[in-house]
Amino acid sequence: MFKWLDPYAKPETLYRICGLWFPWLMTLAVLTLLLSTVWGLGFTPADYQQGDSYRIIHIHVPAAIWSMGAYSSMAIAAFIALVWQIKVAQWAVGAIAPIGAVYTLIALLTGMAWGKPMWGTWWVWDARLTSELILLFLYLGVIALSGAFADRQLGAKASALLAVVGVVNLPIIHFSVEWWNTLHQGATITKFAKPSIDPSMLWPLLLGILGFALLLAALTCLRLRTAILLNEQHRPWVRALAQQSVHKGSVPQTNAGRGV
Amino acid sequence: MVMFKAAFVREWRLLARQKADWLNPLMFFVIVLTLFPLGVGAKPNLLAEIAPGIVWIAALLSVLLGAERLFKEDFRQGTLEQLVAARDPLFPYVLAKISSSWCSTALPLLLISPLIALLLGLSTAAWQAIVLSLLLGTPLLNLLAALGAALTLSADKGGILLALLILPLYIPLLIFASAAVDNATLGLDYSAQLAVLAAMLCLAAALVPLAVLKALRLNVG
Repeated sequence: MFKWLDPYAKPETLYRICGLWFPWLMTLAVLTLLLSTVWGLGFTPADYQQGDSYRIIHIHVPAAIWSMGAYSSMAIAAFIALVWQIKVAQWAVGAIAPIGAVYTLIALLTGMAWGKPMWGTWWVWDARLTSELILLFLYLGVIALSGAFADRQLGAKASALLAVVGVVNLPIIHFSVEWWNTLHQGATITKFAKPSIDPSMLWPLLLGILGFALLLAALTCLRLRTAILLNEQHRPWVRALAQQSVHKGSVPQTNAGRGV
Repeated sequence: MVMFKAAFVREWRLLARQKADWLNPLMFFVIVLTLFPLGVGAKPNLLAEIAPGIVWIAALLSVLLGAERLFKEDFRQGTLEQLVAARDPLFPYVLAKISSSWCSTALPLLLISPLIALLLGLSTAAWQAIVLSLLLGTPLLNLLAALGAALTLSADKGGILLALLILPLYIPLLIFASAAVDNATLGLDYSAQLAVLAAMLCLAAALVPLAVLKALRLNVG
């Protein structure tokens, strides 16, 4: 398996693959997100208890799920970077962290907006809310640490180590705050039994979850590409690429000049 | 083991010569505790109610205060570089650092805890719970603080960054420790919380020194 995976660890190859995937992932993400939002906001029935305000679920739940998904993928990348010393995995940590932080922030803000009409307050010190807030702090710690060193490689390595430590601590935080205080409702769709949400609401929600996942993948590709360029700028292949794009950029300009 | 003993003795000697290193966090702890009655009002009932939380917050802040200097001096002098280059002695050195930092920052807190209990008007049962939870919890504080110090060793803005990284990791500890003291003030059994604290300490004692080692190697390069 490692033999098969090995070529993808080469920055140049990965740069091209990310470039190939990005337009597809981004288009699909925008389409599914548009579809799920329009479907969820406009065409699903209102909830019998919460009325129309439950509709924020179509943004809140996918963002919350992928805020944790992003952390686990970041931690996996960090683990790979530390154990097998693979540079691109180390850069991937820095690429995913800000996206995950923004997802966490979206989940928190939409949750607050949902909590106001339902619970009558913007914020309660409930288990889920608190652990999501701590997740945001962990993301911010990783981002802050990666920017704190004069040596960029060292920052990337240190933040990878912190991400791995954080993932060990994450379940501990989760359960500790769970036992500490709880108001948030239980999971509705992750139960293995029949989901306690109506299918007419479930489908746009699942689509939204897919859309947020695609968006995460697309943005990671984009950020990883720039990270690769930044870290490999002294390599010949990046120089060649830069020269190529300069030539490409200048051609249409001269054509336009001639046209006038 | 020989290396551990040597490093440990060296730490003690340094602490005996630089008394500010362990006296300042202790004074900080007492002063923070004095600020609370002044800030929230000195009603005995209120104080007894919030005491578990403020004792623990003051404890973790004072441990954090002493954390930054943990590896800094050895890093500046080049001692750390030699230890990293020699490879083998680094692990006992890390263990000696963490255990001596516990002795210098957390042990004094335990020793003056009866005084704190008097100041905050705590019952004997609550004081016992505070001592037990500090006994199990503070080594964990020192372990994580050492990790933070090692990670931010060569960073530009080490001190405040260290606090940002480590404070979120302290949250579970704070929750269980103050829950234990809370239960004790209500006269309930708190052995479950202490068991969780002990479990977290075992997990951290097994894994955190390895992470500290890795972080030191990264920073010394």
